Amino acid sequence: MLTIEGLTKRYPTGDLALDNVSLTVPKGQVMALIGPSGAGKSTLIRCVNRLVEPSSGRIVLGETELTRLGDLALRRARRRMGMIFQEYALIERLTVMENVLSGRLGYVGFWRSWFRRFPLADIEEAFRLLHRVGLDHMVDKRADALSGGQRQRVGIVRALMQNPELLLVDEPTASLDPKTSRQIMRLIVELAKERGLSAIINIHDVLLAQQFAERIVGLRAGRIVFDGAPDEMTPEVLTRIYGEEDWSKTIRRDEDDESEDGGPAAATDALKVVAAQ
Amino acid sequence: MPVITKADGTRLWARRTTAGDLATWFGWLLGVALTVVCFQFISEHTIWAFVWDAPRQAADLLERSVPPRWDYANQLWKPMWDTINIATLGTLLAILIAVPTAFLAAHNTTPSRALVRPIALFVIVASRSVNSLIWALILVIIFGPGMFAGILAIGLRSIGFIGKLLYEAIEEIDPTQVEAIRATGASGAQVLAWGIVPQIAPAFAGISVFRWDINIREATVLGLVGAGGIGLQLQASIGRLAWEQVSMILLLILATVIVSEWVSARVRHAII
Repeated sequence: MLTIEGLTKRYPTGDLALDNVSLTVPKGQVMALIGPSGAGKSTLIRCVNRLVEPSSGRIVLGETELTRLGDLALRRARRRMGMIFQEYALIERLTVMENVLSGRLGYVGFWRSWFRRFPLADIEEAFRLLHRVGLDHMVDKRADALSGGQRQRVGIVRALMQNPELLLVDEPTASLDPKTSRQIMRLIVELAKERGLSAIINIHDVLLAQQFAERIVGLRAGRIVFDGAPDEMTPEVLTRIYGEEDWSKTIRRDEDDESEDGGPAAATDALKVVAAQ
Repeated sequence: MPVITKADGTRLWARRTTAGDLATWFGWLLGVALTVVCFQFISEHTIWAFVWDAPRQAADLLERSVPPRWDYANQLWKPMWDTINIATLGTLLAILIAVPTAFLAAHNTTPSRALVRPIALFVIVASRSVNSLIWALILVIIFGPGMFAGILAIGLRSIGFIGKLLYEAIEEIDPTQVEAIRATGASGAQVLAWGIVPQIAPAFAGISVFRWDINIREATVLGLVGAGGIGLQLQASIGRLAWEQVSMILLLILATVIVSEWVSARVRHAII
């Protein structure tokens, strides 16, 4: 559904963030993108919705070649891609409801949005989604009054309000504690499944990636160095992605943490394989 | 800064080298010497007899100003009201022009960094570099004396103040909130209204009310050059050496300024 071909991004400073990346994400697939800081994960998802302009390469969403669109067509295309951010990126001084409705900005004219006269259907959908993520009682709270987990839920609902086909998720759990991180990841994956959405999730935490994603792509210095199922992750693979480190110990400690949480069997099995080596 | 390794291998650290220490002391010495020389220069050009006489003169002036002529206040309400109007309308005029100028000047919202931004910055600097009394002086020549010149003078001076502080506020916003709004497919105007305006709203309110508060004070002297307001009465009273009227006017200005300070503090508190 999303096809990236030969995507390269060189920043004006000369840094090569992405080097000839090609990738296909089928409809409904939840893909984790892992890699060290500065590997180009954020740049990659920002190139997809062109918050960052790619230097070269082709990105195709469904039938639309995103890399060729003019301003207006790009705005229309962005409606089909919901984005979720590391630091939530909510409009702090607006209420939860306003933040959620901002997901509809691409569909509503300027003056309607200025006077907050959103269509009834949008408001009903907002209430429904807020109920789904358990934030019914927070509708009129200002975004800066919420906890980290609650803010990220609002961020998720905002993205879903766009009625997207694809979710671009940038480090959704980097600012959250381990328990909330798992809840947020579970929520994102569940909602993606319910709606048949594809998702690209940038994530630092290898274990979370293994636990929740169907496919893992490893990025290092702007190149794809691994592309496979979560149970194919081995210390060798991690070394290839992140560089030399004693991975078995890291994973063993994480495994204890995981067993309390009761992660899916596949992920736990993968860990045992990793730990055994 | 300098780390000195002694023969036995222990390392010493000092803030400056000996030469650096001497240079610093010499710098201070130079500063003191300059102050003494300057004072001598000023002293030579001062008629000290007048200065020694100052306390007596001040006491004399005070004596002639007290008590204030309370009934003169009846003639002051109208000019005082004019003064407040000059300040308020001038501030509104400035806001009207300064807000778009600030968006054109901020490097993250300007449509063109090469052309539009320098022009907007020039408007801001030009407005700031001229005192409102001088603006009034010029405008009285152009538009004739009266409130209109005063309103324009206050407005022109305030564009720079509001524009500068506002464009700095715009440049300091959190860019990820803007990114998030852009990512929804919002139009340029919507990104401005949803991503930027909520972030700068408190700064905008604070700056505007602060400037209004300053303008009340500035508007009280505009009358000196014929640009309307209570300054006209002040000048006339000083000209006729009617010191008990002058003290009445100063008291009234003081009261107005206190009220405006209170109002602006309340507004800022309510919004932030």
